[in-house]
Amino acid sequence: MSESCKYHLVCGMEVHAELKTNSKMFCGCKNDPFGAEKPNSHTCPVCLGMPGALPVANKKAIEWTIKLGLALNCKINLFSKFDRKNYFYPDLPKAYQISQYDIPFCYEGVIETSHGPIRITRIHLEEDTGKLLHKEIKGEDVSLIDYNRSSVPLIEIVTEPDIKSPEQAEEYGRALRDIIRYLDIGNCDMEQGGMRLEANISLQENGKEGLPNYKTEVKNINSFKFAKQAIEFEMERQEEILEEGNIPKQETRGWDAKKSVTFSQRTKEDAEDYRYFPDPDLPPIRFTTEQIEKIRKDIPKLPHVLVKEWKENYGVEERYSSILFNSPSEAKWLEELFVLSKKEGLKANKLVGAMVNKNVKYNFTDKVESVINEFKKLNKTDDVSDDDLIKIIDNVIKANADTVARYKAGEKQLINFFFGQTMKALGKKVDGGLLRKLLTQQLDK
Amino acid sequence: MLNKITKQQVHHVAKLANIPIDDSEAEKLATGFRETLETITDLQSVDVSGVEPTHQVTGMENILREDKVDDSRTFTQEQALANAKQTHQGFFVVPRLIKK
Ligand SMILES: [Zn+2]
Repeated sequence: MSESCKYHLVCGMEVHAELKTNSKMFCGCKNDPFGAEKPNSHTCPVCLGMPGALPVANKKAIEWTIKLGLALNCKINLFSKFDRKNYFYPDLPKAYQISQYDIPFCYEGVIETSHGPIRITRIHLEEDTGKLLHKEIKGEDVSLIDYNRSSVPLIEIVTEPDIKSPEQAEEYGRALRDIIRYLDIGNCDMEQGGMRLEANISLQENGKEGLPNYKTEVKNINSFKFAKQAIEFEMERQEEILEEGNIPKQETRGWDAKKSVTFSQRTKEDAEDYRYFPDPDLPPIRFTTEQIEKIRKDIPKLPHVLVKEWKENYGVEERYSSILFNSPSEAKWLEELFVLSKKEGLKANKLVGAMVNKNVKYNFTDKVESVINEFKKLNKTDDVSDDDLIKIIDNVIKANADTVARYKAGEKQLINFFFGQTMKALGKKVDGGLLRKLLTQQLDK
Repeated sequence: MLNKITKQQVHHVAKLANIPIDDSEAEKLATGFRETLETITDLQSVDVSGVEPTHQVTGMENILREDKVDDSRTFTQEQALANAKQTHQGFFVVPRLIKK
């Protein structure tokens, strides 16, 4: 979209993510559709939708949904239930998906991005569908179905239309994935469909309040980069339509990653009619405030909070700390390391710098003491008096008269040559800053 | 409103239920729908102002299971596919769903 554009983006996102429980959402089948040795090998009467089979909800999946909600500053519905979303499509053998309609587990949260906050409308829990493959077999166009994924717990995170740029959409997706992974509740493997993105996109004229009178929904986006590109593409496409005095069609569009375009999939005329109603097979769920508080206590401090705290308490720069850890246990180890380095009078930022630059080798299984010792060794300097040092420097200068002449003529970078020669002659480790100072002093004499 | 059950609405409901019907059937069903809805409308006359809305009648709550794999009910691939009309290399087969 052009710089001088008279429209701005109005965008909300819907993100689906599979939870990595051991068993499925409503039955005891193994939740491992990607690791299954063959198709349709992790199924039972419940997840194949056989008549009379009775679903029973997975407690851990519900607790994890609430855990994510709390981490995203959501309010929690103490009373909740599951509903049936009815539609005929072979990826769902029951002809309905168990989902949540009007009482999701979590609502009204917020997530921070560098472009501003994005409000979370709701987080609900549902079951994933079977996986479809479209193929030609013996000249016949068919779809193949694998129900190993049927009834895998799936959360849907819906935002308010607060996303103001394609970049913010990308950042939001990544932030959400990082939090889900950090909470250790989902793998969010995009390539395997463990996390799927949808964006509701429209443009509003600058200066106009409220939401535009249309929106397009782009579905099945399987990377954060594609989300950004799809939004960029839609902004341009919609701007053209608006500029012609028309309103873009209310429709569902797909993303073609090969051509980097969106394409029309379904228009409003055949919009879904899901006829939601409470699932009579699944009694409602009621939590107490105490139970919710117990889940809240289990939530580790999130990375962005730690990064901020470490900066304040130990002077550790974000460029180091943000790339050092991927799990709460690794964060805990780092915290211990910082406490000890402070006690030892060491600069934690120098230490992590050395760790990031691999000058100090470390493992999260190491004792923090050994890492501190490793760092001390690196910075250890031998005692050499200034006089002795100057003697050696003068020898080096004498032995390299030609180079000294070039240095004096302006090739100041030759200081590094003298530095190296002096170090070699010295055979000991000295403070580099001091050596450089003395070298300059003697050379400039 | 009840007198206005149209053939289009019947077709819509039939489509949602995945039941193929023709026009004459739709006509007949429209009449049937009207009668059914009129009967149900009788319920509207019941005074429910003092009754709490409910989602279910068993009175049960929090019927949940622990997150444990229960192999005892898992089908083998052969069992899972036993009633399928058509299969291919361990998959269920249906007519192609997405246009090429
Ligand atoms: Zn199952």
